[in-house]
Amino acid sequence: MRIKVEDIEKMARLARLSFTDEEKQNLASHLDTIVSYVEKLDELDTTDVQPTYHVLDMQNVLRDDVVEPSLHPDEVLRNAPNKKNGYFSVPKVIG
Amino acid sequence: MSILKEKYEAVIGLEVHVQLLTNSKIFSSSSAAFGGAPNSKVDPVCLGLPGVLPVLNRQTVNFAMRVGLATNCKIGRHSIFARKNYFYPDLPKGYQISQFEEPVCEHGYLDFEVNGQMKRVGITRIHLEEDAGKSIHAEEFVGSDETLVDVNRCGVPLVEIVSEPDIRLASEAVAYLVELRRIVQYLGLCDGNMEEGSLRCDANISIRPVGGTELGVKTELKNMNSISGVENAINYEIHRQIELLESGGAVTQQTLLWNADKGIARAMRSKEYSHDYRYFPDPDLVPLEISDAWLQEVKSALPELPRARKNRLIAEYKLPQYDAEVLTATRPLADYFEATAGACADAKAASNWIMGEVLRYLKENEITIEAFSVPPGEIAELLNLVGDGTINLKVARIVFGAMLETGKRAAVIVKEKGLVQVSDTAQITAQVRMVLSDHPAEVEKYVAGKEQVVGFLVGQVMRATRGQANPKIVNEVLRTELQALADS
Repeated sequence: MRIKVEDIEKMARLARLSFTDEEKQNLASHLDTIVSYVEKLDELDTTDVQPTYHVLDMQNVLRDDVVEPSLHPDEVLRNAPNKKNGYFSVPKVIG
Repeated sequence: MSILKEKYEAVIGLEVHVQLLTNSKIFSSSSAAFGGAPNSKVDPVCLGLPGVLPVLNRQTVNFAMRVGLATNCKIGRHSIFARKNYFYPDLPKGYQISQFEEPVCEHGYLDFEVNGQMKRVGITRIHLEEDAGKSIHAEEFVGSDETLVDVNRCGVPLVEIVSEPDIRLASEAVAYLVELRRIVQYLGLCDGNMEEGSLRCDANISIRPVGGTELGVKTELKNMNSISGVENAINYEIHRQIELLESGGAVTQQTLLWNADKGIARAMRSKEYSHDYRYFPDPDLVPLEISDAWLQEVKSALPELPRARKNRLIAEYKLPQYDAEVLTATRPLADYFEATAGACADAKAASNWIMGEVLRYLKENEITIEAFSVPPGEIAELLNLVGDGTINLKVARIVFGAMLETGKRAAVIVKEKGLVQVSDTAQITAQVRMVLSDHPAEVEKYVAGKEQVVGFLVGQVMRATRGQANPKIVNEVLRTELQALADS
């Protein structure tokens, strides 16, 4: 297995997820299968192939620098579980 | 410490974030202006709501190209955007749209003067990205268990300018930053205000034995929100690393936050940052292609840059180096000087007046030249009155004060207050004779060969004429009269 439980733990930490030991084992084996499948691509020689950065063959989708009305602050905060004085209130992030 | 400073050298690279003065945000249409009520400049895109599509603001690309061209960069003709993934409450999407591979500009350099010597620092890359929101921790209305978030700043366009680790001293870092700030201000794309965060600077610092080629373990310094903060923080960190190595310790790779009040840097807790950003191309944004025509358009619209302007002021107005440096500090100041000098017979007089009286007034009143109430043409008029002998410099200062107070033109004030300079030799001679008869002791000193008393006597005559006598003529007449007394 190339994907180990430690890899799952690291990814879980980065994604702020928590799993039981059983879930970690399961995810490791699933991800390992997926990685093996994608690794088939390594069989191709891509030396002279430009990487595909985007699946659409389009460039320069741009907008002019024009301001349009913003959402009303009440709308912005409508889904917030906690708010105060027009701000989002979140658990303290710095000591 | 000085011995240790000869033993070690610092290797410093700077990352400078420049907030771009666009009307709207980089990927959406709400206002990018600074300030305003919290969460009042927000749209679904910068709020990271599901199903929205970011669309790149053309002007941000123009601005990034301008910075790149001004710093001798190669402009990438093919450029892509990437997601930089991390969690922080002021980043609603959970990723920042930035550039990783293929940024807009690469491989440039910046030449600037430091301690009278030219220095070149390489520019690794310049890329476009969006700013994050603002977390409020310290205001009195913030509870002890919460952080408040304002997302107005989310999506405000930035360019990040990454230097090569070519900087060795804090003073070089400061000179680099000052020059970069002057350039982005001249380019009209950033106000350069470090206190408000429109220009931000992080430093990567390591030390090594002098002449070494290997790089030491580096630390990253953040939160230096002034030019002096950058200088103090870098010196502090160099000192800290040297002491650590000398006492047998080792530098650990970490991020430090500068505290300007305490004059120390503290390590960020490891939880507060993670360098595992998992960049990948953003599928919401198609590649950016910069054509020859587009590049040419931006190139031909570039304004004169500060160093070029400084050299031109020296050549065109015969100004000393020092004057040209001071006057090109900002583009509005240089514009003000050129407008004054253009309307004034004597460019050096215009330079002296602006560097002296005008800058002093601006400093005392804490305003910038843009907010200065006297137009350049009226300063030129004032100086022309000095130039043609109508008033002398001392009176010009009084007139200048009255101009600031009343908003009237110099000629009007001179007429109203009867300040026209007295250049009539007969009138001056009468005053001189009176002063000499009042100061027999000084006259005797002069006769005895003490030339210095002339200065005192000139002062007395000027006082007697309420400063309105032409000092040159007073001097001449005094010497003639004294000589006559000495000879008799």
